[in-house]
Amino acid sequence: MRITCPICGERDRREFYYQGAAIALARPAPDAGEAAWDAYVHLRDNPAGVTRDLWQHESGCSAWIVVTRDTVTHEVLDSALAADIGMEAGA
Amino acid sequence: MRIAGRGRIDRRSPVRFRFDGIDYSGFQGDTLASALLANDVRLVGRSFKYHRPRGVLTAGSEEPNALMTIGSGAGAEPNVRATVQELFPGLEARSQNRWPSLNFDLMAVNDLAAPFLGAGFYYKTFMWPRAFWERVYEPVIRNAAGLGALSGAHEPDRNEKAYAFCDLLVIGGGPAGLMAALVAARAGADVIVADEDSRMGGRLLAETFEVGGRPGVNWADNVIAELNAMDNVRLMTRTTVTGVYDQGTFGALERVSHHLAVRPEALPLETFWRIQARRSILAAGALERPVAFRNNDRPGIMTAGAVRAYLNRWGVCAGRRVTLFGNNDDMHRTARDLLSAGIHVVAVIDSRHDAPDGRGYRVYKGAMVCDSSGRRGLESVTVRSIGGEDRIATDCLAMSGGWNPTVHLTCHLNARPTWREDILGFVPTPQAVPGMSVAGACNGAFSTHDCLREGAAAARDTLEDLGLRAAAIDLPEAEDAPHAISPLWAVPGSGRAWLDFQNDVCVKDVRQAAMENFRSVEHMKRYTTQGMATDQGKNSNVAALAILADVTGRGIQDTGTTTFRPPFSPVSIAAMGAGAQGKGFAPERFTTSHKASAERGAPMIEAGLWYRPSYFPAPGESHWRQSCDREVNMVRTSVGVCDVSTLGKIDVQGPGAAAFLDFVYVNTFSTLKVGRVRYGLMLREDGHVMDDGTCARLGDTHFVVTTTTAAAGQVMRHLEFVHQCLRPDLDVALTSVTEQWAQFSVAGPRSRDLLNAVLDNPIAVKDWPFMACGQVFVGGVQARLFRISFSGEQAYELAVPARFGDSVFRILLDHAEKIGGGPYGLEALNVLRLEKGFITHAEIHGRTTAFDIGMDAMVSDKKDCIGKAMSRRPGLTDPDRERLVGLKPAGEVQLLVAGAYLFSPGDDPVRVNAQGYVTSVAFSPTLGHMIALGFLRNGPARHGERVRMIDHLRGLDATCEVVDPVFLDPEGERARD
Repeated sequence: MRITCPICGERDRREFYYQGAAIALARPAPDAGEAAWDAYVHLRDNPAGVTRDLWQHESGCSAWIVVTRDTVTHEVLDSALAADIGMEAGA
Repeated sequence: MRIAGRGRIDRRSPVRFRFDGIDYSGFQGDTLASALLANDVRLVGRSFKYHRPRGVLTAGSEEPNALMTIGSGAGAEPNVRATVQELFPGLEARSQNRWPSLNFDLMAVNDLAAPFLGAGFYYKTFMWPRAFWERVYEPVIRNAAGLGALSGAHEPDRNEKAYAFCDLLVIGGGPAGLMAALVAARAGADVIVADEDSRMGGRLLAETFEVGGRPGVNWADNVIAELNAMDNVRLMTRTTVTGVYDQGTFGALERVSHHLAVRPEALPLETFWRIQARRSILAAGALERPVAFRNNDRPGIMTAGAVRAYLNRWGVCAGRRVTLFGNNDDMHRTARDLLSAGIHVVAVIDSRHDAPDGRGYRVYKGAMVCDSSGRRGLESVTVRSIGGEDRIATDCLAMSGGWNPTVHLTCHLNARPTWREDILGFVPTPQAVPGMSVAGACNGAFSTHDCLREGAAAARDTLEDLGLRAAAIDLPEAEDAPHAISPLWAVPGSGRAWLDFQNDVCVKDVRQAAMENFRSVEHMKRYTTQGMATDQGKNSNVAALAILADVTGRGIQDTGTTTFRPPFSPVSIAAMGAGAQGKGFAPERFTTSHKASAERGAPMIEAGLWYRPSYFPAPGESHWRQSCDREVNMVRTSVGVCDVSTLGKIDVQGPGAAAFLDFVYVNTFSTLKVGRVRYGLMLREDGHVMDDGTCARLGDTHFVVTTTTAAAGQVMRHLEFVHQCLRPDLDVALTSVTEQWAQFSVAGPRSRDLLNAVLDNPIAVKDWPFMACGQVFVGGVQARLFRISFSGEQAYELAVPARFGDSVFRILLDHAEKIGGGPYGLEALNVLRLEKGFITHAEIHGRTTAFDIGMDAMVSDKKDCIGKAMSRRPGLTDPDRERLVGLKPAGEVQLLVAGAYLFSPGDDPVRVNAQGYVTSVAFSPTLGHMIALGFLRNGPARHGERVRMIDHLRGLDATCEVVDPVFLDPEGERARD
C-alpha cells in the first residue's frame, strides 16, 4: 500500500503509523456531555467503502495526515494535512 | 537420452553432479531435471499420500513431482524443484518422501490401501476415539506425510531484501514481454523485466519457431542485447514476481546464487524485492495441463510441451519410443520436432475425430489413452478407439490437455478470471489489477505473432498513460497458428486417474466430494486437498473444477476458481525475513555510557530497544542482590551515578508552548517559572493515565518534557497528534532530543559535593533549590542541570551533549569513587523509587486513572486538558476502585511477589473475591524487609488493614499490612536537603 504524504510525496505505508478514524479531529467541547464524548472516544463506523483515517508519517516528516480511501477497492483517494483541515475548521 | 545436435547447452562444459549417492554428468546450461532425464533417470520422487513412483512432469516452476533436497548440512534446502534448479559442478541432490530408498519405499503400502484413503479420509477415519487425535493419529500422520525436511540447524545463508522503482514492470521475458519491454524502453520509460528463468526468451527457448526470418532464440537474444545496452532498462533473470499488492507494489524473489558451485562472499542466496511500478504488463505465458486417465502418473508420462522443451532447449529426450496423447494441435508440434530429431514417434492419439493427419507419424483420431503400465516407469499404454483397445509399447507419453493462461497475478487483488470456451481456458478479467495490462499467452493469445502484437500494443497503451510517445515499430514475422482444441478433461473409465500429482488427488475424489455435497469449488478443494500442495495446483486446478462442473451440472464459469493468493511459487521465510535474524530482529540502542558500564562488568537488561546496566558487581559479590543492596545503601548514604539518558526528551518551543503543555498535562505549566521543573501527568483522551515525567522551563517559550523510557515514542506521537490535529492554532514546535543529550542522575546526600568536584563553577545551595534547573559548565562544555530526584535523596540530573556522554560519565565515576560513591544500575534504581512510592509503567499500565494513583487533585479545575472530560466519569472516580497502596509483610512469610492477587483474610482466594493485585516488589535494604506497591479496592482508606497476598502459580500465601505507598521520608526532606 502507498500513501501520499502532502509534504514528502508518495511513500510505502510502512513509513506511516495508523491511528484510526478521522473522527478524532472533531473533539467535543469539555461540556458537550456524556453522549458526545462517548461517541468521540468509543464509537466508530466500519464502512465498506470510503473511509477517512488518520495516519502519521512517523518515519518521515511526522506529519499527521487525513487519508481518504476505499476499504473495498483499496484505492487511496486523497490525503491532506490534518493541521490544514483543523485550521480551516477554525480550531 | 541426450540427442546430438540439439539444445542450447554448452557441450564443452561437462558438469558432474550426484543424485541419491550416484554420480552423473550433465552440461553447463542443464537443469537438474534435464540432466537426470539425459542420464535416463526417470524415477525421481514419491507422491505425498500413496508414495507412488513419480518422474519429471514439466520443464518449469509448476513442477509437482520432481522435488528434491539440494545440498547437505545446515544449509540443505528441501523441496527444490529439479526443473528450476540449474546444474552446477558438485551439485548434490537427494530424493524425498521415501524410506528406505527411492526404488524400495515401504510407505508404498499406502498405495495398496488406496480404496480406504479417498477424499475426506482423515476427517472420517480419525474421528474416534477423540483423545487419540492429539496423541496417536496426528503424530503418526505427520510422520508419514510431508515432503522434504529442514535440517533443523540455524540457517547459514545470507539473504537480502531490496527495493526497486520503475515506470513499467514487465513480468515475463518471453516474446510478448520482450516486445513490450522493447517498445517501452525505446520510448524512454524506466523498465524492469523480471523472468523466473535463468535466461530470457520464454517459450522461444523451447521451440523451433522463426521470428523475423531467423530462429526465435536469436531474435530474443538480439532484443535482450539491445535492452541490456540501455540505461533505462533492468533485466532481472531468476526473478519470480510472487505477488501483486495495492498501488503498484510487487513482491519478487530473485534466486541470486542457487546456481553457483562456489558462492562469492558478497552474494546473497536469495533477494526478496519489493518493486514499485507505475504500470505493469503481465506476460507470464501459459502452463500446459495433463489429461486425467487411469494410471497417468507413471514416470515417463510428461506434458507434451515439456517433452518439446527438453528436446529443443536441452537436447534431451525422455524416451526412445515416444507416444503423444491429447486434444489439440499444439502437441503435434512435439511429434514433428521429435521426428526431425530422429526420435521414434510411435503414434499420436488425438481425441478429436477431425484431428489433423500425421506428417510422418501415425495418428489415432477420436482415440484416447485409457491406461498405462510399467513398474517404476512407463512401459506401455492402452489406447481405446472405435476399433477397440490396443496396447502400445512406449517409454514416454507426451500428453496435452491444452494450455492454461497464467492468470495468477491478475487475481491477487481479488479479481476472478473469465472462462473462454473457444480456448478452453481462463483469461484475466480486464482491469483486474489497476495499472496492469496483459499480453500474450497469459491473455489467451497463443500464437507467436499474437504474443508480439499484444506485447507491443500493451506497451503503447502504457506509454500513453505514462505520458511518453511510442516510436513506430515493425512487428517481426512469426507463426500465427490457430489454437485448435476440443474438451478433454478425463478419460472415462474405472480406476484412479490423477489430477493433482503432488497431493494424490484423483478424478474420483472430486466426484466423491461433489456427491457428499462439497459442491462449492472451495469446499471441494479442502475436502480433497486438490491444489493445496507446493505447486498450488498449477497443472491440475482447472481440470478439477471442470470435472466438478460436470458432476454438478454447472458450467465452468459458474463453478469458478478457488482464490489465487501470493506467492505465485514458494518463497522461503528466510528470504522474506532477510536481515531480521538474531540481532537483526530489533535494533540495539546503546547509551553513551554503555562501554564504560560494560568495562565494569555490568550485565545489561533490555528496556525496549535500549540496553541498560542492571547492576555493577563489586569484587567478591556473587549475587545480583548483593550488588543491588550495596548500590541502594551507597545512594542513601553517599552518592550514586546512573545513566538516565534513555528517558524520552522532547524539546517544546514556541509562543504557544505553555498553552500547549497546559492542554496535554493534567496540571498547569503556564505558571511554571523559568528555571524551574514540575512533575506532570498526561492522560489519554479516555481518562486513563498515559505517562508521567518532569517538564523543565528553560526559557519563556522553551520547555523540555521528559517521558518514561518505554513511552517515549508513544508520547512524541501523541504530542504531535494533539498539536497538529487538535490545536494547530498554537505556534509550537516539537523535537525529540532523546539521543542528543546524555543525562546522568547524581543522587545521594553527597551529590552536591560530587557535582562541585566536576562542574567548572561550584553550585550554591541557595541558587539550586529542589526542582530548579539551569545552565552549568563541565570542562568548558555547556550543560544542563536539573535538581530532580527519583530516589528521594538530594539529587540532580546532569545533561551534556551526547558526544561528551562517555567522558562525563567516566569523570563522574572517578570523583564519586573518591568519596565513597559509584555507579548504580537499574535494579537499585527500582528499589530506590519503590521505597519512595514513585510509580512506573508497572503501575500506570493503561488501566489506571489519576484517581487510582492518588493524583486526581493534580487535575486542574481551571482549564481543559486531554482526558479530563472522560476521567470524570462515575466509574473512574468510584472510591471502591482498586487504588494504589503500599504493602509490607506482616506474617511468617516474608516473601512478596509481583503479579500476586490480594484477598481479605476471611475470603476464599478465588478470582471473584480478589480485592486487588501487586504491581512491583523489591527487598528494601533501607527498611530490612520486602516492600510492594499494588492496587487495592478503596486502598487509601484501608491503611493498617491485613490482606492476604496470594499467587497460586508460585504457591505464595503471605499476610501483608496495607500501608502508605511512600515507605521512606514521607515529608520529602531528604530531597530538599
